[in-house]
Amino acid sequence: MPKANTAAQAGEDLVFTRPNALADRATHYCPGCHHGIAHRMLAELLDEMDLAGRTVAASSIGCSVFLYNYIQVDTVESPHGRAPAVATGIKRARPDKFVFTYQGDGDLASIGMAEIMHCANRGERVTVVFVNNTVYGMTGGQMAPTTLIGQKTTTCPGGRCQDREGSPIRMAEIISQLGGTAFCARGSLDSVKNIRQAKKYMRQAFEAQTKGLGFGFVELLSGCPTNWRLNPVAANKRITDEMIPYFPLGVYKELSGDDTCGALVAGEGK
Amino acid sequence: MSRILVSEERCKGCLLCTTVCPVEILQQSERLNQQGYKVAEVPAGSMDKCTGCASCATICPDMAIEVWRSKKPKKAA
Ligand SMILES: Cc1ncc(C[n+]2csc(CCOP(=O)(O)OP(=O)(O)O)c2C)c(N)n1
Ligand code: SF4
Ligand code: SF4
Ligand code: SF4
Repeated sequence: MPKANTAAQAGEDLVFTRPNALADRATHYCPGCHHGIAHRMLAELLDEMDLAGRTVAASSIGCSVFLYNYIQVDTVESPHGRAPAVATGIKRARPDKFVFTYQGDGDLASIGMAEIMHCANRGERVTVVFVNNTVYGMTGGQMAPTTLIGQKTTTCPGGRCQDREGSPIRMAEIISQLGGTAFCARGSLDSVKNIRQAKKYMRQAFEAQTKGLGFGFVELLSGCPTNWRLNPVAANKRITDEMIPYFPLGVYKELSGDDTCGALVAGEGK
Repeated sequence: MSRILVSEERCKGCLLCTTVCPVEILQQSERLNQQGYKVAEVPAGSMDKCTGCASCATICPDMAIEVWRSKKPKKAA
């Protein structure tokens, strides 16, 4: 039930409240952690697109491991980057379901690099929400493939070194190059404007699946104040000043008109 | 009148909401909630400045803010 804590009074409209698909409970996330924003937008879209009743999620390892406690849909816990493979199985067995994964950068861009690449390349009709906070959050802030050059983490205390550890991986750009990708974009959760834009990208990544076009991918630049050793306001500023210049925002691939990535799986939109 | 309600039980005191309010009415209160977070508040007497823009609720990571917007007032004759 939507539960406005106090009812709307005469002459006013309730314009912002908890979506039905988001459980009414406190999260375990740190203050200022952007997982909460990503969860809320996901739940709003499940409500707005009337998908919650036929959705199966494949969740991952990382701080969002308890996704199933918050998003009110059936969820298969698929840790260590295997969510795109699990999502593939679910979608192929049940093409009538809406299937999404929710993965961090340690999970998706390191441990599960093979799964995400081949899932996108095959054009599976699934949607991937990729939360890039440049660290392994859950385990204490180790270096991730997305860690910026010079960024200090517990496993690169002197700062990431390009010669030794390579450059931060830009996943949205990589995924956009694969033949099965129907929609691919990068948004950010550091400002109200960017959050609203990110939700539009998420919707398009959902629609890549509901219209049967192909694989949908949305990357969200997100804050991890705890492991960045910054307060939440400073963490947001770090995204604006340091992450966005390296990870440019925008749409990287969008099929137009009647294009699809082939008819691999019958079902959605067919 | 547009207004917001901060759930003091859910607020984690991150203060992100205080940075986005166009009329700058959100601030940190002196109240601690059960988790020990100093919650955000709109001080008494300031709520009538709220425009109902929902920026605070949009950036809140903890779904701690609900927003009501006043309906467009009918033009006085
Ligand atoms: C078999 C195994 N390998 C590795 C881990 C450690 N582990 C836990 S969470 C995680 C990844 C977390 O990073 P990320 O995906 O970026 O998510 P975040 O916590 O930042 O949201 C890893 C590698 C584990 N728990 N089990
Ligand atoms: S450690 Fe980082 S990613 Fe994990 S809940 Fe805290 S802020 Fe969020
Ligand atoms: S709704 Fe807008 S004006 Fe009202 S408190 Fe929130 S940010 Fe400020
Ligand atoms: S953004 Fe939300 S959690 Fe953070 S201080 Fe404001 S109301 Fe509290």
